[in-house]
Amino acid sequence: MLEILRNIFTLSIGAIFIENFVLCQFLGICPFLGVSKKVETASGMGFAVVFVMTVASAITWVVQYFLVKFGLDYLQTIAFILVIAVLVQFVEMFLQKAIPALYESLGIYLPLITTNCAVLGVAILNTTKFTEGPTFLYSTLYGFMAGVGFLVAIVLMAGIRERLETSDIPEFLKGMPITLITAGLMAMAFMGFSGLSF
Amino acid sequence: MKSIKTILNGLLYENPTFILLLGMCPTLATTTGVSNAVGMGLSAAAVLICSNIVISLLRKLIPSKIRIAAYIVIIAGFVTVVQMALEAYLPGLYESLGLYIPLIVVNCIILGRAEAFASKNSVWLSALDGLGMGLGFTCALVLIALVREVLGAGEILGMSIFPEAWNFQPASIMLLAPGAFLTLGVLLGIINAVRGRGGKKNA
Repeated sequence: MLEILRNIFTLSIGAIFIENFVLCQFLGICPFLGVSKKVETASGMGFAVVFVMTVASAITWVVQYFLVKFGLDYLQTIAFILVIAVLVQFVEMFLQKAIPALYESLGIYLPLITTNCAVLGVAILNTTKFTEGPTFLYSTLYGFMAGVGFLVAIVLMAGIRERLETSDIPEFLKGMPITLITAGLMAMAFMGFSGLSF
Repeated sequence: MKSIKTILNGLLYENPTFILLLGMCPTLATTTGVSNAVGMGLSAAAVLICSNIVISLLRKLIPSKIRIAAYIVIIAGFVTVVQMALEAYLPGLYESLGLYIPLIVVNCIILGRAEAFASKNSVWLSALDGLGMGLGFTCALVLIALVREVLGAGEILGMSIFPEAWNFQPASIMLLAPGAFLTLGVLLGIINAVRGRGGKKNA
């Protein structure tokens, strides 16, 4: 039991800081660069991703279980992307009906999540990363924590970009170049966490 | 004439990485060395050409309401083919690209070209568009990888290029995550400066 608790703690810190999906593993870069102009929209996107990644990790675990059982694991990529596409569509319909307020705020970001590589990435990583112990628990938790890592990165980025708007930047670096250089500096800062160990 | 224009379009005028800014994840993740970059670029190009051809063939049959789902299934099919081929014939490359091979499915370039080009144009032009875009993507990856490998390891394709007398100290940070962001940012800045548009368009 203690072992599991310890693993959960290490896993959470690891997913958020040490192997941050965006800044260390380059997953989910497109929304990270695309929807990080304002803190408000960035946090909306972040929460939508946390939600979808958690549910997707749980469901793809079940899919993987059956794929392996029937010896069909070469279909993994096709099966996962279909499941994620359907899941996103389903979540969208469910939210629209059940929690309209949340749907209003996440609405436009939900369809974009299908092609967010962080979601498919976490689903595939889960199948190789966790091989023993309560893998379902670990996978779901890892999905959630990786989503939180994405949320942290995108909100920080949006905060910096709001300030960049008013600062004096060389003309040719305006827009995407300075954003990427900022991301590079953030990635350097996050490298500092790599010394953490428990 | 139109064929040449289509290819050049992908290679230069609408280069997927430097002008359209699509497919950033593999661009940053697989450019630690030139060989990885070539492998990634050509795998994506292969998928792009095949999916463009098939989608163009089926463009009148796929109902527009479910077209995205249909495109994704077609693309995922070809990605699986590429994945299996790499695993069988180039296991070294397969190991080092790892997770990023299945992630070609969600590369926005491929879905983007399917939606923007292949669903509206003839098979021949779509194949050429796939070729142009794929080569444009590959060239962009190789350029980024070249900068990173030279500065980060002092090598090209694993061969040392600096004479020992120079006592060149590679900055290994260029091979790590921050180096990828910095390289792409600076390259985009240079391209903006050369084009003289001051980044007004992609702000």
